[in-house]
Amino acid sequence: MKASAGGYARANNLSHAIELLALSDGMGRVLAGGQSLIAAMNMRLSTGDMLVDISRVSGLSGVIDEGETLRIGALTKHVEIGAHPLIRAHAPLLADAVSFIAHAAIRNRGTIGGALAHADPAAEFPACMLALGATLHIHGPDGERSAAAEDFFEDLFETSIKEDEILTAITVPKAEADERQVLQEVARRSGDYALVGLCLVARSSGHRISLLSVASTPILARNAMTQLDQGNVDGAVAALRAEIDPPSDTQASASYRRHIAGILLRRAVAQEKGDFA
Amino acid sequence: MTKAFADKVVIELTVNGEPVEARVPAGQHVVDFLRQDLGLTGAHASCEHGVCGACTIRVDGSSVRGCLMLAAQLDGSDVWTIEGLSDKEAIRDLQEAFIARNALQCGFCTPGMLVAAEELLAQGGVPERATIREHLSGNYCRCTGYEAIVDAVETVAQQRAGQVQV
Ligand SMILES: Cc1cc2nc3c(=O)[nH]c(=O)nc-3n(C[C@H](O)[C@H](O)[C@H](O)COP(=O)(O)OP(=O)(O)OC[C@H]3O[C@@H](n4cnc5c(N)ncnc54)[C@H](O)[C@@H]3O)c2cc1C
Repeated sequence: MKASAGGYARANNLSHAIELLALSDGMGRVLAGGQSLIAAMNMRLSTGDMLVDISRVSGLSGVIDEGETLRIGALTKHVEIGAHPLIRAHAPLLADAVSFIAHAAIRNRGTIGGALAHADPAAEFPACMLALGATLHIHGPDGERSAAAEDFFEDLFETSIKEDEILTAITVPKAEADERQVLQEVARRSGDYALVGLCLVARSSGHRISLLSVASTPILARNAMTQLDQGNVDGAVAALRAEIDPPSDTQASASYRRHIAGILLRRAVAQEKGDFA
Repeated sequence: MTKAFADKVVIELTVNGEPVEARVPAGQHVVDFLRQDLGLTGAHASCEHGVCGACTIRVDGSSVRGCLMLAAQLDGSDVWTIEGLSDKEAIRDLQEAFIARNALQCGFCTPGMLVAAEELLAQGGVPERATIREHLSGNYCRCTGYEAIVDAVETVAQQRAGQVQV
């Protein structure tokens, strides 16, 4: 099938992009890496979009060390996240996530902001944001606002970004010296969306566990986190399997997903402990 | 609707080293532009949602999915397709290794496979077979079973590293 776009405009800068969205009568659609949007357009899942191409907007890409946090521009590409020395040093979960996302040619164009705005519950970066406790920065006609990752993902492919807004950056806390960050997932083929995935962050304030592909949004497994804080791995696995309600679909049944989630938690704990040794 | 948005977009770019100017429909993807407007039919339009890799081309030095980029986004870009890479003899050793190893049968995946493989080879060194497989995991081949393709890429890496005689 062939895409049907309503129109195309290349934004020169952020305020131009916001102006274009305002001019689009509610049909505006931000085009970043296009690795989800153009696929959807080709399949006619999205038609008539007034495309606001932000891919050339400067100042929305790259990583800055802010002291306590890293600020990651929304247009930073997956391939750049995977290789960036600041990310590898201070948010290794994100660098590790990249190797699970799609394939090289897609990672060369896909952007972290696009992945977060798209909010596929099977995507890696959204779950990483929850596990890390990230903050998302969003610009609209009235200026900038920020949202905690826990408030940002609202439903299947839905976030708190409004029609006239653009996600511009993400800030993540820098890992503490002995913090451990682990991503585990099961997919049938390399680069496929995961059947289930799990992020584990172990920091001095406690454990954070997030899951992908088990609900309509990425989720935090709070009961499992509490159990793990008490050092009870078996309890955490049981709590995790009890607190998630994964879907059954052509890829995997709910009970298989629940089973795998527990196994991924054990693997993540083993990996995290192994790293300490 | 506002004039801020265009149905047709004027682009200026280079394709295989030649300057090109065109006026493209807003929703046209790069592979259709290359095949239908420029007659460059090497890159194939197949799944059109990024899964199969048959449309993989080189844009501004990186491999990209031709079906997941709009022609309108090519303004100012430097595009290389299998035609240009062949004419320039840029990947002749890789193409010869594909023939020598029987790394293709019907040939449908080959242009995309070569662009993807060359991106890995250009990083230098001799990658592990697992790394080669991983790098090519986004390029489907329905004939060879991949083993011969991995052989060909590995051989070229070794040749370029001076580890085996050409
Ligand atoms: C074959 C294939 C396999 C894939 N496998 C995986 C995988 O395993 N894991 C994974 O996580 N992803 C996967 N992806 C998706 C990929 O990671 C995309 O890059 C990502 O989902 C979208 O990023 P993008 O920059 O390409 O966004 P686009 O496609 O340009 O946009 C996606 C959506 O987000 C909106 N948007 C984009 N940027 C912004 C912004 N800054 N502000 C507001 N809205 C915005 C757009 O309007 C659109 O609705 C895969 C894609 C393909 C084609």
